[in-house]
Parts: sequence; structure tokens; C-alpha cells
Amino acid sequence: MNRYPLWKYVLIVVTTLVGLLYALPNLFPEDPALQLTSSGHQVLTREDQQQIERLLKQKSLAYKSIELEDEKLLIRFLDPDTQLAAFSLVQEALGSRYIAALNLAPATPNWLRSLNAQPMNLGLDLRGGVHFLLEVDMQAAVAKAIERYQVDFRNTLRDAKIRYLGVRSHNNELSVKFRNAEDRDKGLAALEKEFRMDMVIESADEGDTPLIKAHLKETAINEIKRFALKQNITSLRKRVNELGVAEPIIQQQGMDRIVVQLPGVQDTARAKKILGATATLEFRMVDEQADPFAAQQSGRVPPGDRLYRERNGQPILLKRRVMLTGEYITDAASGIDSQNGGPAVFITLDGKGARLFSKATAENVKKLMAVVYIETKPDGRKVEEVINVARIQEQLSKRFQITGLDNTREARDLALLLRAGALAAPMQFVEERTVGPSLGKANIERGFTSVTIGFVLVMLFMAIYYKVFGLVADVALALNLVFIVALLSMLQATLTLPGIAGIVLTVGMAVDANVLIFERIREELKNGNSPQASITAGYDQAFSTILDANITTLIAALVLFTFGTGPIKGFAVTLSLGIISSMFTAIFVTRGIVNLIYGGKPRLQKLAI
Amino acid sequence: MKTVIDFMGKRKLAAILSSVLVLSALFVIFLRGLNFGLDFTGGTIIEVGYHQPADLEQIRADLAKGGFGEAIVQYFGSSEEVLIRLAPHAGEGDKATLSNDILGILSHASDGKIEMRRVEFVGPQIGEELREDGGLAMIYALFGILIYVAFRFEYRFSFSAVIALVHDVVITVGFFALTQIEFDLTVLAAVLAVIGYSLNDTIVVFDRIRENFRRIRKGTAEEIMNISINQTLSRTLVTSLTTLLVLVALYFLGGEVIHSFAIALIVGVVVGTYSSIYVASNAALMMGVSKEDLIPDGRDEELDNIP
Repeated sequence: MNRYPLWKYVLIVVTTLVGLLYALPNLFPEDPALQLTSSGHQVLTREDQQQIERLLKQKSLAYKSIELEDEKLLIRFLDPDTQLAAFSLVQEALGSRYIAALNLAPATPNWLRSLNAQPMNLGLDLRGGVHFLLEVDMQAAVAKAIERYQVDFRNTLRDAKIRYLGVRSHNNELSVKFRNAEDRDKGLAALEKEFRMDMVIESADEGDTPLIKAHLKETAINEIKRFALKQNITSLRKRVNELGVAEPIIQQQGMDRIVVQLPGVQDTARAKKILGATATLEFRMVDEQADPFAAQQSGRVPPGDRLYRERNGQPILLKRRVMLTGEYITDAASGIDSQNGGPAVFITLDGKGARLFSKATAENVKKLMAVVYIETKPDGRKVEEVINVARIQEQLSKRFQITGLDNTREARDLALLLRAGALAAPMQFVEERTVGPSLGKANIERGFTSVTIGFVLVMLFMAIYYKVFGLVADVALALNLVFIVALLSMLQATLTLPGIAGIVLTVGMAVDANVLIFERIREELKNGNSPQASITAGYDQAFSTILDANITTLIAALVLFTFGTGPIKGFAVTLSLGIISSMFTAIFVTRGIVNLIYGGKPRLQKLAI
Repeated sequence: MKTVIDFMGKRKLAAILSSVLVLSALFVIFLRGLNFGLDFTGGTIIEVGYHQPADLEQIRADLAKGGFGEAIVQYFGSSEEVLIRLAPHAGEGDKATLSNDILGILSHASDGKIEMRRVEFVGPQIGEELREDGGLAMIYALFGILIYVAFRFEYRFSFSAVIALVHDVVITVGFFALTQIEFDLTVLAAVLAVIGYSLNDTIVVFDRIRENFRRIRKGTAEEIMNISINQTLSRTLVTSLTTLLVLVALYFLGGEVIHSFAIALIVGVVVGTYSSIYVASNAALMMGVSKEDLIPDGRDEELDNIP
């Protein structure tokens, strides 16, 4: 009696080996590494790799390995000092061509990697970095859409040759005024034909004025919101890539929020500026006839003009008509102006933009053109500045440069924002969590020591209180820890400080199953049953109790998971995994070991329990 | 069945004690309120590390000069670590750069000899949502448990288990209201874990009561419950002890951030242990659970026989 069939032992051995295998990658330290990606549209090649290798050898910076994978170049170093030296070297020598990011690359040996065995991800609270939660201003997105419809309404009516007095928007509602009822009916038909899908359009005369009112349908509004969120995530992704962050996370959260996690980033001020900024350019002609100072003083701006300010504070009058907007820009790179040595941004336009721009500049050769820099701050304020005024020397086309920026950093940021594209709607930071690298390191150490100490205390207690059986439970406990780590690694879950707390708590609770069983065995022995019968009865009787107790705890963990965010989710995941794996180790595995020790000894007199 | 302590004989006393505890906890919660952490209130906290013991007065003065006179400045863990808190500003636009401004001031005042440890900024709308979601989560958890226990046992057991859980949660939260220790998101997670833990304990006792109702044909419900609690007593204590061992390790070694989490669990485990002995069975008995309610119907037998 009390013997396991062979297959059960095989199962235990196999699961143990698999668990050890997948927990193993976590024991290898991480290499300080440098991750390079291309800053333009071209893909990194072997040639780039060779060039970098040459560069590093030249400066005798020793590296461990260099590999090209997924269009990324990963260079591993032996120590952080060389990593940093190489980082600044690459930035200086090849800064415009590559985006360099500091990274810690897991030093998992190849044979483990081929088995898809990877270490757990460390959460931001353990490795340092910044977590942002951004909220998309959906009202602004809808307002922007209404503005577009306003223009479309005008165009539709004009194309259909229907006379109207004006299209106005108020509180997300468009109203079109007509001279007479006949025009209104025609207008209603024309607009309905075009916009019926998205809008509710109806005639709503006010007194004697024939009027059409239109507002967006609920489905259209939802579509606009969905699109704004998607569009913002796309440009955030581009911007983050441009920032040079290794392994960023950009995710939708709820209906109008976006989570951005940037491991290792310390300069949060710049990150915030880049992520939240909406900068773009406009090109307008300067009104050289009018006097801007007079306009500024009298407040009377000539018709067809707008008053702007230059960077030095001087007023300037620009034509209302925009020659070109930032949407046509396909590429932008920062550099140095060859003529005066100042910072410059080199701009490339798409086909349509190039046609528009070459036509407009051809008509205005020898006249002054201004570049307006427009930035929408996170709180919705719009800053418009004229950064550059220059005489058009010749017809401009696909490629040209603009100057007038204060410094190279500004040029770099502007190029970045132009490349990454505008945001569909402004965003606000509603949450920020930044953890410095020193605290991250301290958190890992604290987590590690508290797990170890707690673990050792429980093990000691079990061994003393339950003797041989306690030692068996200790084996199960250790195995449980291995399984939790292996499962977390397999799922590629992110380990956070609350996650570690979850592991610690599981350690304390995992022995509960064994305590239940052992107490039951003790009871059976006291009742005068034979040792063998007591073992069988102990395990059998305790099972349903353990099951009930664990399922209820799982319910609590599940609720935590569904409601919780980030760190709380981590806690719930480790807790649930711990409960599940403890069922296996505390019941199945301990029984196996107990059977090995005591099984098949019918004359057994005493149990060390 | 050597150690027989008459737990149920003292059940009136226990009921009074529990009622007093719960009522005073509720009283304290309503009177003093909870010291909600940043997660729930919104605002900004900044943890800064200095190379030598920091001068809080100086820091306050520096911040006041920079226009942050309302900032709360205190030590965090040691005299070289400083925590700065700012309440959420109503109607202020660009709050996201607040932390950068403050770090700039401090860095400037100490010639850059500071280290940013941690910055947390939570918008007020987020905090409000969390308070609602947190309360909801608690109710969902209790509800899920109510259904499961009713399904596995009987509705009166189910209600008793939930009464015990509410008892534990109220006392634990009351403890936080009394001590004014910060109640943050990790504490909420701990309270939910307490629900799981305390329930675990209660279920073990109920399981034994059910088993004994079927096995022991003599004796009143009260006597059988007492026997059951005695039988499971050593298990209850041993498990609580091992859990407390790791929690104490977590409290002393886990770092400042995890402190209140560990405290919540320590209180919860102690109260949960008490409630699974005195409160849950007591409540079931008061609701009139009798042997006849748990006559074996064969369904559970099957499950019990799985090794």
C-alpha cells in the first residue's frame, strides 16, 4: 500500500525538469547592451554592422557580441562603463543615422533560447523607468471632426451650386443659413445625400430664417473617438521609437487612455515634452506691403492677413492663405546649415506636397516666405511662432531646409515631431510613475531578501514541527517556488514588487495544504490507526478541504486581476499561479515522496511526524 | 481529540467582543476617515535621495521660494531619503511637469547632489475611479465567494462565511483609520488577499463541521461544532504562524513601499484566524444550522474520494 504507479513518478520527474529548465534563464545575469535602430526608412544591414564594429575596434572598446536581428543591432558589453562609452561614441559619430538605446540584454545561452526559455520581465519598479497614463481629449477630437465637416458642407453646397448664407458651428452642431426655403430644400437634399451616414440633418427654421441643423450620430462619434485613440497610439509609438527606448510598452487602456512604459528612461521632462507635444509647421507668404507695427498698435490687421510674432518678439504680418502644412512632410532630419553653421531641419515632402509647394514658390520667387512653428501644449494652449523668414531664391520642391531654430536640440526635437506625425487629438498626462535606477535595484534586493528569509523561516518551522514530513513539505515548497518562477517566465509575465509580495504570501499559504494533510495524519494516528492507513486517510480526507479553500482564494485573486491595474494585476497573477502550482506540489509531489519513504512497509510502526 | 477547549461556550462573549470591535471600527472609519494614499486622492509624490542627512527645513525653504510652499516634506525610511507630497491642484493645466520643476529646484539647491528615487503623479479623476472600482471589487469578491460557498455547502454557511469576511475587512480597515497609516492601492490588494486568506481558514473549519455532522450521530450542533473547531485548531494556528512568519519578514525586509501592505495582511491574518474560530461557526449556529441540513446526498462523497 501507499505506492505510486511508475507513471506518476515519471510525471513528477518530467514536470520538475521542465520547471527547472524554464526557471533557469533567470539565474543568468544581464549584459549591458546597446541597441541600434535606423533613424530613417532604410533597414540596417551587414554593412552597418561592419561599420560599427570597425568604429568600436578603432576606439578599442571591447564588446562581447554583436548581432543583427529584426532590423535591430544589439551589441553586448562586459561592463556598463564600456556600454556608456560606446553609447556616446555612436551618438557622436553616427547620431543622425541611428537611434541608440541603452538596454540590458538577458544573457540567456543559445541552447535555452532555442527552447524559448527566457527570463521573467522585470517591472518598472524593479528596473527603473517611467510609466505614463495619457488621456486623449475626446472632446477636442470631436470638435476637430466638426470643423472638417464644416468645410465639407461648404464644399458640397458650392459644388452643387446651391446658394447659402453661411455655415456655423456651435456646441458640436452645424447650422446652415439660407436665403429662402427653396434653397434650403435643395441644400438639405444635397447634404443628406452626402452625409446621411454620419449625421442627423434636418431643417430647423428659426423664425423667418430658413435653416438646416446637423449633428453627429452616436456611431459616428464613437468612430471618431476610436480613430483618434488609434491614431494617437500610432504616433506615440513612432515618437517613442524616435526617443530610443529599448522595449517600450504602448497600450490602450479603457476607451480613452493610453499607457506608455519606458524602461530605463530618466529624463522624464524630455519624454513628456516629446510624447505630449503636437508640433507642426506652416509655410505662409509675408505681406511686405503692410506695416506690422502699425497693425499691432492699432489692432487693425489688413484683410487677408494675420498678425504673428517672430522669435525676437517683433510683429510680422503673414498672408492668411497657407502655402503648405506639415501633413505633407514625409521625412525630416536635423543637421547643420552649410552656409551659416546654424542648426537646420532638412525636410522631404510627398508627391502632392512637392507639387503644391513648387507651384506656390514659383509664383513667389524673390518674395519673403515665413515658416510658422505651431505647438499645442498639453493643456490645449496653442503657441504659434515665426521661426524663419527668408526670401525665396528659386523654385523649391521635394527637398529643402529650414533654419532659424535656437539650438541643435530644438532642431532635433522638431525633426522628430515632424517625422512622427501629428496627434489626432491633444493628450493629457493623468498618471506618472517614475522609479530611479537606484531604487529599482534596492527593490530587487529587498524583494529577494524578504523572499529568502521568509522562505527559510517557514522551512525551518516545518522541519522542526513535522520532522520527516516537514522536510518533504520543504521539498514541495522549493519546487513550488521553481514552478512559479518557471510559469512566470513561460508566460513572459512582468515581475513587480507586489508580484514578489504575492510570491512571499504564496510561500506562507502553500504550506497550508501540507499542514492540513499532516494534521489529519496525526489525528488518524492518535485515533489508533496504523501508520499506513493514517497516511492514506490523511491525504484522502484533506483533499476536498484543500480544494474548497484554494478555489475560494482563487476567486479573490480573479477579482483582483479583473479590477486591478498594473502592479495589482502582477500580485494577482503570482498569487493564482502559486495556488495552482501548490496544489500540485503540496498534494501530488509530497505524496510521491512519502510513498517512496514509507510505502510498501506493512510493518511500519511509527511515523516521524 | 485531547485538547477540547469550549470555544462555543464562549460564543456569547465572542459575539459581544466582535460586535464591539466592528462597531468601533466603523465608528473610527466614519469619524476619522482613512488616510487615503496618492493612488486614491491624486497628487504628486517625489522621493529624493541625498548623500548626507537632509535638512528638511532647508528643503522646505527652497521649495517655498520656488512657489511650492504647500508641499509636505518628510523623511522616508532614513534621514537621507526625503519624500515630498503635493496635493492635486484644482484647475491647473499642465500638471505633468510639476515633478520636473520640483526636482529642478532641489537639484539646483544642492548642486545636483541628489538622486531621483521615485516620482508618482496621479490625476484626481484616476483616484476617484480607483475608489469606486476598489469598493466594487470588494463587493464582487464577496459575492463570488457567497455563491461558491452556497453551492458547495449551504446558504447559511455561505452567509456566515461572508459575515466573518465583512468582520475581518471592517476591522482591518478600521485599524488603518485608527492608526492613520496610509491606505494605498497595495493596502487594498492586501485587504482583498485577507478576504481570500480568512475565507480559506473558515472553509477548513466548515468542511470539518460538515464531515462531523455526517459522521457523529450523537450530540448537538453546538457540540459538534466545538469538536470540529478543536480538531482544526492546530492547523489553523500553524498556517497562521507560517503566514505571519513570511509577513514579518516582508515587513522588516521588504522596504518602505511594502510596509503598509505587510501591516494590512498581518492585522488581517490575526483577525481572520480569530474570526474563523469564533465568528463564522457562531454565525452559522445563530442562523440555526442543524445536522439535517447537511445529510449526505452522495454528490460530495464522490469528490472526497479523489486522492
